Amino acid sequence: MTPPILEVKNLVKRYRTVTAVDGISFAIRSGICFGLLGPNGAGKTTALEVIEDIIPPTSGEILYNGAPKSASFREGIGIQFQHTSLLNFMTVRETLLIFQRLYQETERIERLVEICNLHEILDKMNDRISGGQAQRLMLALALINRPTLLFLDEPSTGLDPQARRYLWEIVRRIKAEGKTIILTTHSMDEAEYLCDEIAIMDHGRIIAQGAPAELVARYCAGGTISLPLANVRLPLAELPFPSREVNGRLEILTDRVNEGLEQLLALKIDLDEMTVHSPNLEDVFLYLTGRTLRE
Amino acid sequence: MFKARNYEFFRDKAAFGWNFLFPFLIIAGFGIIFGGREYSGFKVGIFPAATASVPLAHSSLPPKFVATRHLEFIGLPTFEEGLEKLKHHRVDFLVRLDSPSRQYWLLESSPKGYIVERLFQAALIPDGPGYGEKVAVPGGGIRYLDWLFPGILAMNMMFSALWGVGYIIVRYRKNGALKRLKATPLTAFEYLTAQALSRILLLIFSLAVVWLGVELIFSIRVAGSYLDLLIVFTFGAMSLTSLGLLLAARGTSEEFTSGLVNFITWPMMFLSEVWFSLEGAPQWVKSFSELLPLTHLLRAVRKVMNDGATLAEVGSECGVLFGVTLVCLVLGAALFSWND
Repeated sequence: MTPPILEVKNLVKRYRTVTAVDGISFAIRSGICFGLLGPNGAGKTTALEVIEDIIPPTSGEILYNGAPKSASFREGIGIQFQHTSLLNFMTVRETLLIFQRLYQETERIERLVEICNLHEILDKMNDRISGGQAQRLMLALALINRPTLLFLDEPSTGLDPQARRYLWEIVRRIKAEGKTIILTTHSMDEAEYLCDEIAIMDHGRIIAQGAPAELVARYCAGGTISLPLANVRLPLAELPFPSREVNGRLEILTDRVNEGLEQLLALKIDLDEMTVHSPNLEDVFLYLTGRTLRE
Repeated sequence: MFKARNYEFFRDKAAFGWNFLFPFLIIAGFGIIFGGREYSGFKVGIFPAATASVPLAHSSLPPKFVATRHLEFIGLPTFEEGLEKLKHHRVDFLVRLDSPSRQYWLLESSPKGYIVERLFQAALIPDGPGYGEKVAVPGGGIRYLDWLFPGILAMNMMFSALWGVGYIIVRYRKNGALKRLKATPLTAFEYLTAQALSRILLLIFSLAVVWLGVELIFSIRVAGSYLDLLIVFTFGAMSLTSLGLLLAARGTSEEFTSGLVNFITWPMMFLSEVWFSLEGAPQWVKSFSELLPLTHLLRAVRKVMNDGATLAEVGSECGVLFGVTLVCLVLGAALFSWND
C-alpha cells in the first residue's frame, strides 16, 4: 500500500507564551482535497506553515511520501500564502518567469495563464492588480513547479462572492488533474464545496475529522424547522418536541425533518413562511465548541 | 488622525528610541571627537615641533593668529611631513616656526587654505616685518576637487549599498515577499549572492555615470591607472554591500533598520575623512576610524587617484576590504532569516 502523501504526527508549535498548535495528527491520501477548518486564531496557518517548512516545529513529525522531508520537498510542493507580497516593479509575466527559473521542473507559462485566467493582467505591474487577480497570480505561482502537493492558505479570504466562486472552480479543476490539495479556511462553504476531508481546528487542536457530510451526520443529524411564532396558536409547552424562541420565530430541532413536519400538520399549525435548515459544518462547529466559526 | 499618528510614533519603540538617541549620539560623538573643543574647521600645520600639541604662547607665530578661534594648530616634526599632509589636505596651511621671514605654504585650490592665509596675513600687519613669505608648494599638490571627489564617490557608494541592500531586504521580509521566496528551492546563500552581485554591479555603474558627469564639467586628475581604481572601488562596493546584507540579516521593522543604517553611515561619513581629515583628532578616534571600511576604501582610492599608487601599494587596504566582505557575508548568511 502506498503511504499517505503527507502524514503529520503530534505536531506542536509553541511560542513564548502561546501554544499555537497543540499536538495535531492527520494523514492525507494522495489526490484528495484536505481542509483545516476553524475560526481565526485556531492555529490553522501556523500548522500549515510548519508543515510547509516555513517555520520550525517545536516538536512532532512530518512525513512526506512516507519519509521525513528532504531537499526534494520544495520541488514537489506549491504554496499559496495568505499574506505575501511580490517583488516590486515587476509585471505579472516577469514574476512568473522569475519564479519559473527557481525550479527544475516547471509548468509552461501559457498553461498557467490559461488555468488561472491571467491573460488580461500579464503585462500589468504586480501591485496594480485587484485582490482576485492577485490571488490567481499567487495560485499560478504555487503551480509553477507542477507540484503534486498544493498548500492553499485561506485562498478566498477577502474576495467578493464572484471572484470567490471563480477561484473555487479553478481549484476544482486543479484537483481534477490529480493533485493533492491541503487548504485552510474559516468558511464552511469553502470547506464543504472543495474538501473531501476536513479537520476542524480550535485552540490549536483538531476537535473533529472526517468527510464534511460524515461530520454533519455524526454531530448534527436532523434539521431545524423555523416558523413565525404567530403561526403557533397553542402553548409552546404542549408541543411534542423541543423548541425555542429566536427573534419572534419558533425553532424546532428534530432528528427527522419529515416526522417533525407531519406532527406540525397534525397539530394544524400554519406552515406559511416556514423554513427548514439542514445542518452544515457551521452547526458542527457550534455543537462542538458552543461558538460560531466567525466569533 | 493627529493623535493616531502620535501614538504610532511613540509605540514603535525601535523608531522612537532612534529618533531621540540618534541626534544625541551624533552630538555626543562630535563632542568626543573634538575633545570637548569646538569644531575646528581650519588645520594649521606648524614645524618643526616635537609633539602634535605645541605650546603656542611663546612661538614665533603672530599672537593674533594664535588667538584666532577655530584654528587648530598641529605640530609636525619635519618640513617633509608637513608638506605631505598639506598636499593631501590633511592640514590646510603650513608654517615654518623657525623662519624669520615666516615662510608658509598652502594649496592654491584649497578654499580653507586661502582663508587661513588671509588670517595669517592680517595677523602680521601691525607688528610683523611683512606679510610673511609665501613659498610655492613643489609639485603643486593635489587640487581640492581631486581630494574631495573620491570622498563623495565613496560616500555615495556607502549610502547606496547600505540603503539599497539593507533597507530593501527588511522591507521584503516585512511584507512577506521573502517568505514567498523561502517556499521555493532558492537558498539563502543564492538569494544573498544575487542581491550582492546586483548591487555591486549597480554601484559600479552609477559610479561610472557620476564620474563621466563630473568629468564633463571639471576634469578629474587620476595619477594612477583607471583599472586599479576600478578594482579598488569594486573591493569597496563588495565590503559595503556585505555590510548592508549583515544589517538586513534579521528584523522586520523598517524604522529600526533605517535607524541602524543611519547609526552606521553617519559615523562612517565623518570618521572616514570624506569631508575633513582627522588630523589633530584624539588617537582613539583615529584608531576607531581604522575599523571602518569606508576609511580603507577612501585611503586606497586617494592613493591611486592622487598619488598614482599601484594596486600592490594599496594591497593592505584592499585586503582589509576583502576581510570585511568575508566576515560580513559569513555572519550575514548565518544570521539571515526569511521571515523574522
